[in-house]
Amino acid sequence: MNSYDAIILGAGPAGLTAALYLARFGAKFALVEKMTPGGLLLQIFEIENYPGLIMPKGYELADAMEEQLKEFTFDRYQTCVTALEHKDGKVTLQAGEEALETKTLIICAGLHYNKLGLPDEDRFTGRGVSYCALCDANFFKGRVVGLAGNGNQALEEAVHLAALVRELRLFMRTAAPQADRVLQKKLLALKNVVIHKEVAITALHGESELEAVSIRSLQSGETEKFAMSGLFVIEGMRPVSEFFPRELVLDADGFIVTDTEMRTNLPGVFAAGDIRSKLCRQIVTAAGDGATAANAAYSYLELADA
Amino acid sequence: MVKEITEADFSGTLAKATVPVLVDFWAPWCGPCRAVAPIMEELSAEYAGKLEIYKLNVDDNPGIPEKFQIRSIPTLILFKNSEPVERITGALPKGQFQSLLNKALG
Repeated sequence: MNSYDAIILGAGPAGLTAALYLARFGAKFALVEKMTPGGLLLQIFEIENYPGLIMPKGYELADAMEEQLKEFTFDRYQTCVTALEHKDGKVTLQAGEEALETKTLIICAGLHYNKLGLPDEDRFTGRGVSYCALCDANFFKGRVVGLAGNGNQALEEAVHLAALVRELRLFMRTAAPQADRVLQKKLLALKNVVIHKEVAITALHGESELEAVSIRSLQSGETEKFAMSGLFVIEGMRPVSEFFPRELVLDADGFIVTDTEMRTNLPGVFAAGDIRSKLCRQIVTAAGDGATAANAAYSYLELADA
Repeated sequence: MVKEITEADFSGTLAKATVPVLVDFWAPWCGPCRAVAPIMEELSAEYAGKLEIYKLNVDDNPGIPEKFQIRSIPTLILFKNSEPVERITGALPKGQFQSLLNKALG
């Protein structure tokens, strides 16, 4: 079993920052990431609000964070965590085929995209249903498409999509968007966007590809069916919590509760970034969390050794 | 190594292949595609002799994704004797690609 001072779960902005700080402290640590470094940064086109950098592409910032780690030596595991246990002041975990042990753990596993939860959703994924307008908008040039969502990301992607498609129907469960005013204004100015408020998507239709979508009014219960070849699902995110130990304290929405030093209720276990219970989920706050968590983990190790 | 494939050499490359071919439909600006690319490089080395992996830029070669009704990227299609036999959409962890390939390559 490989043994570490610290293990970081997740290589998004929080995990990469924690890695940078732990590396500079000289800790013996490992970074576990199931995909490639960058996390949700890789889903962002241009970043307008990271201080000091003028409109980098998401992947450029991810690459730069990764590049900064090149001079340091630490272990990396490119795999999922399937089991995690906190016992006798140590954490043991299963990362793919490797059993790992660590004195401290920093959970930066981030968020998953929410799905609609409809029976045919998986069948139509990649055949009309998409979770990334930035990636897939070009396949729907000149067509009629829908977008489910009402938050900042949904509206951003709606504005991006509307420039390419013939008509965009925006479906939201609420009476108004829950997004920045600047975005709402941009959206309302678009001539080819139809907004359906207080509706739920109830069914997806089509043979081999998506052909139509049914919706139901949450007020009247009336249903309607619209022909469309694409549906973008931008319905927010939920924490990647499959492997959390049961004793870990979470908030009502499943996010990890920490104190200001990123300490969870379990000694030696820290959380940073979007997975943490907080109001402001930004790249810059994820990076800040990562630095704080690394610092707190290192102090914990020093106290334990004293 | 993952090699580039284009509309011009697509059919020819598939017809000439003596092993199954996996084609990664991608675009340079697509984040999830960038997440998949290094995994494909590793798989290309691990499955050498059993599988050939190519990547096709959907911006430069729009005809092929249209032919295979691709509406999301990354999409990966596994071809045997020039026929699509397996299709994967979205960025997955490496282990999931491995199990899908092991099953399909039998």
